[in-house]
Amino acid sequence: MKGMSVIVQTVARWVVGFVILYGLWLTIYGHISPGGGFSGGVVVAAGYIMVMLAFGSGQANRFLPRPVGKTLDSLAAAAFLLLALLGLWIVSQGRQPGTAFFANFVQANHPGSPHEVFNAGIIPLANLAIAVKVAVSFAVAFGVMSACRLKGGGQFESEEE
Amino acid sequence: MADLLTILLVLMLITAIAAIHMPSLLSCVISLGALGFGASIAFLLLGAPDVAIPKVVVDVITLVILIRATVGRDMHTALEVRETFGISFSLVLLALFTVFGIVVSQHMPPFGEAGMMANADAPGHFYLAEGLRSSGSPNSIAAVLLDFRGYDTLGEATVLFTALMGAVVLLRKKARTTEKAAEGPQ
Repeated sequence: MKGMSVIVQTVARWVVGFVILYGLWLTIYGHISPGGGFSGGVVVAAGYIMVMLAFGSGQANRFLPRPVGKTLDSLAAAAFLLLALLGLWIVSQGRQPGTAFFANFVQANHPGSPHEVFNAGIIPLANLAIAVKVAVSFAVAFGVMSACRLKGGGQFESEEE
Repeated sequence: MADLLTILLVLMLITAIAAIHMPSLLSCVISLGALGFGASIAFLLLGAPDVAIPKVVVDVITLVILIRATVGRDMHTALEVRETFGISFSLVLLALFTVFGIVVSQHMPPFGEAGMMANADAPGHFYLAEGLRSSGSPNSIAAVLLDFRGYDTLGEATVLFTALMGAVVLLRKKARTTEKAAEGPQ
């Protein structure tokens, strides 16, 4: 995919930092204000897609190569599952009976004060994992889908570098 | 606010019908985008910013993906002959759904009110009463999504993972068995 004009590239260069900052804010403060991992991840992915549209997929692939994207996606999914399983394991040690899979073991053992960022146990960590997963998923899916084009005779062709 | 919602819903209906009947694919996609923005504003008016934020961003991304990645690369064929069987079948379905909708709307809580207020045993009461204490999260939606109902979020992540896997596998450059397939159907 080719990039767009100089005007678009300049505006994208100015705006992309704010877009990604907003996504990070939505993610990190997801347990305090409206937002959360999904919203934050989607906003970050939108920033990446803007870079990809403005500068072309070659430039965008330098920030997030396809193998790195696939690995990050799998790692974030595994981290989320690990958080859930950790709740099960730590609880089954007998420290906090009565809870199970996806138990908030950090909050149960070390409750913080509400309305602070470092609080709510596994919820910010899970938000972070979900955000990475969603952002990378959307970015990779957009890259893959925009790299494929229709040839004659109803056949698809991929134009990945 | 109810008037505003009604206007929004009517506008969304118009954009939905326009998205079906527009002749060009680009106009359909833009109508769908207008429908999505209307839906996110409606969510915002109903007091659900947690739904409105992802809705509006996902709509933007979907619009961009549909315009950039599919319009002009998609095969679109319009049927000129109208099938009588198909039309009559969809009319019967439409009548059925209308009757169901009227019957169901008799038992629904008023539009825009929380459904859990009608039921004293609903789990929402527990989440609101115990959410801050047991999960530590002031945003009770995050508490429900990632603590009480984390299993649902895990399923959601799995769906996203599977969809990405399917997209990467289906749209990759070259099949790994191209040489084998070229030799014969064996």
